[in-house]
Amino acid sequence: MSHGPLPRILLAALLLGMLATPVLLKHLAARNAPARSDVDRTAALTRYGFYLEEVAKATGLDFRHEAPTLDPQLDHIMALVASMGAAVSIVDFDRDGWQDLYVTNSREGSQNRLYHNQRNGTFRDVAPDMGVADVNQVGTGVSMGAVWGDYDNDGYEDLFLYKWGRPELFRNNEGRSFTRVTDRARLPRWLNANTAIWFDYDRDGRLDLFVGGYYPEHVNLWRLTTTRIMPNSFEYADNGGSKYLLRNLGNGSFEDVTEKVGINSRRWALAAGAADLRGTGYPDLFIANDYGVSELYFNEAGQRFREVGKPTGVGFAPKSGMNAAFGDILNQGRLAIYVTNISEEGVLIQGNNLWVPREGTSGDALRYDNLAREMGVELGGWSFGAQFGDLNNDGAPDLYLANGYVSADKRRSYWYDFSKVAGGTSTIIGDAKNWPPLGGRSLSGYQQKRVWLNDGAGRFIEVAQLVGATDTYDGRAVALADLWNRGVLDVVVANQKGPLLLYRNTVAPSHQWVAFELEGTRSNRSAIGAQLRLFWNGQQQLQEVSGGSGFCAQNQRRLHFGLGKNPTVEKAVIRWPSGAVQTLVRPEPGRVHQVKEPA
Amino acid sequence: MNSETSPPPVPSPSAVTTPAAVRSRRFRIDDRYLAPLLITFILLGGQLSFGLLESTPKTALAIIAAILTELVLVRLYAGQWPHLASSYISGISVGILVRSPAVWPYALCSMISITSKHVIRVRGRHLWNPSNFGVCAMLFLAYDTVAGLSIQWGNNLWPVMVIWLLGSIIIWRVRRFHITLTYVVSFMLFAFLRSWITGHPWQAEVAPITGPMYQLFVFFMITDPKTTVQPRWAQMVVAVAVAFVEMLLRLSQVVYAPFYALFLVGPAANLIEIWWTSRAAAGRAMPGSG
Repeated sequence: MSHGPLPRILLAALLLGMLATPVLLKHLAARNAPARSDVDRTAALTRYGFYLEEVAKATGLDFRHEAPTLDPQLDHIMALVASMGAAVSIVDFDRDGWQDLYVTNSREGSQNRLYHNQRNGTFRDVAPDMGVADVNQVGTGVSMGAVWGDYDNDGYEDLFLYKWGRPELFRNNEGRSFTRVTDRARLPRWLNANTAIWFDYDRDGRLDLFVGGYYPEHVNLWRLTTTRIMPNSFEYADNGGSKYLLRNLGNGSFEDVTEKVGINSRRWALAAGAADLRGTGYPDLFIANDYGVSELYFNEAGQRFREVGKPTGVGFAPKSGMNAAFGDILNQGRLAIYVTNISEEGVLIQGNNLWVPREGTSGDALRYDNLAREMGVELGGWSFGAQFGDLNNDGAPDLYLANGYVSADKRRSYWYDFSKVAGGTSTIIGDAKNWPPLGGRSLSGYQQKRVWLNDGAGRFIEVAQLVGATDTYDGRAVALADLWNRGVLDVVVANQKGPLLLYRNTVAPSHQWVAFELEGTRSNRSAIGAQLRLFWNGQQQLQEVSGGSGFCAQNQRRLHFGLGKNPTVEKAVIRWPSGAVQTLVRPEPGRVHQVKEPA
Repeated sequence: MNSETSPPPVPSPSAVTTPAAVRSRRFRIDDRYLAPLLITFILLGGQLSFGLLESTPKTALAIIAAILTELVLVRLYAGQWPHLASSYISGISVGILVRSPAVWPYALCSMISITSKHVIRVRGRHLWNPSNFGVCAMLFLAYDTVAGLSIQWGNNLWPVMVIWLLGSIIIWRVRRFHITLTYVVSFMLFAFLRSWITGHPWQAEVAPITGPMYQLFVFFMITDPKTTVQPRWAQMVVAVAVAFVEMLLRLSQVVYAPFYALFLVGPAANLIEIWWTSRAAAGRAMPGSG
């Protein structure tokens, strides 16, 4: 090594420059971010094309989620374990053309709510009258979420309720009441599930159910026989709940075909989504798992499911998957998958995943790249539910994200203790008694939400504070729906131990839209799995009717497309689950098109 | 073990060379390659069995960046081609220890690690273990993008045991096992002390040492010959001191306590030794000194 002063000075300057690089990058990123200021609605409308206004109380949504109290052996970490259960799903249960809300509660003895849309800007809870409120009785477990689907093809959406406890199925009596049909349906007797979706995996015209277990099903969280109930690894856990694929037999009962179709996972599932990712006509199944890798199952003609997480790229790096949502983010007619994880500055930077289909790959050779960082939707704190939807009707799907885990004492954090035990071997991490007491501390609490606006060219810009999404509750489920038939997507957020929030959306009038409500005839009547490609202004966007997406949530079944200014709509091509293809020529913007599958 | 700057000390060759000794030496692995072999084994084992790495290309980038930086700096400033074992270890340590969804931290951390050992020197000795310096710099300065390795070896104990066993054998062979053992024993004792102080389960306090992060730490960082003091007893004292400072940091709920403890204690110990050695040398050089 030369010891002359100049080379040494140069070398020292080089090192200083390197050390300064992260600081400079942070500074540059902060400069490029939109300036933070109070919500200025006029400016937001001009600049971003929309703003949100929280109106839950004013509209009659007076709900506050309550968490369960589990076995006393979990007292020291109760808030960590009893940290889910706030869920929301959208349904038009009485087919009056106005979207209603079903909201779950999780305290033993608490009541769920079915908010009926009064068509005058308000909602009224009709759950007790309809028989879907008192579903958290002591001894039966508590609600974690709900999904709606017309399993008996009578034209009315039925309710499947998944719980830490006994799952329930309620048949919709033409929008007038609900009948509990759980026993006849032959559902599993006890689950600790945090995700379920309706989908017709074998395309027989009847909706089937996928249910993903979190804690193992033999665990009764109120009567523990052991404290060894925790994941046996922070990143590779395989001691979670079973998965269930329940095939609809068409006579009101379901057959457990999980093993038969090749699904055999005991990962800790938190979110599932189904969509036809390969153009086979059959819905593939994506599962976001906590404490491990995500799983992607290719549907082989409704006979088998083949797990392809690793070969497709989505199941390689283990994280803390908590969300599965599909969106055609580049308007290329292909669905990307958004999975949320944990990011906490200075401790754990998993980053969320945006799995975008790789150019030139398709069919069985389909590959995904995680472009979350490149597209700007990577860091969302302790992220939970997220949904794609065109919030400003500019023609590109945006992304709304809820986050925050445990908000307690603002000044004291549990992160150090959490990281300590998370690094332990299975014997240590797997036993709840080894976890240090939470002691009123927060764990990634009081987090700011993310509203990412898609610029249509591959970048998302974060504007939550600027457009009015300013709450810091512990967000769980997000659902999007046009609640007042105005041609805009409103946002409903269910918060753990917090109020249900409704962000009423106001969109610049120059941004146009079109929507489609599909009804199957040969296909399942809910049309879940139907794909609609809208062609306008020389571009296309693909959407698929979903039987549950995000985290413990379900958007409206209606497909909503923003069109931007002065659109020229060419056509809408619908591929029904039956395989039938229907083309609507030049569908008129500014209205909801009711489309029935050709017989 | 070892130094990311230089491979571990090679034992002196035997004074007597017999044919058997020659044959034996022919099949003996050069000690300079033991550390790279061990860390490569850890990397491959972890990756093939559990997908340990954030991503293979990122780890490759860290290794390449470390090697290139070493090549360029040593060639430019010393006019030599360096032995690359140490920079390879630095790169691979960075590739495993740094967790970031971004790509640039992997390259930058390696470059900082290697450059630091050429810049921050006192009397020809560098003070910090290079990857310890690099990783600490990133954790401190790029906390919004970078975290440390928190992953486990799957959910079984046996890979941990294999790594500990193999690592111990190798570290024994390069005569630095006493440092590792002293640190591990100290950590365990301090873990129980922390448990007593905080009232938290002792299992939670012991938990961190079962992870790969600690295996890299005890085999590759605290044993680095170039950044540890020379006397055997002093090395053990420093190991205890690192564990002690780590305990203090842990009681203050610092997540990356071991890295920061070594960052603080290692250079301090080196400076004391440099001062002590130069003082003694000066004393010897004085006429009439005994």
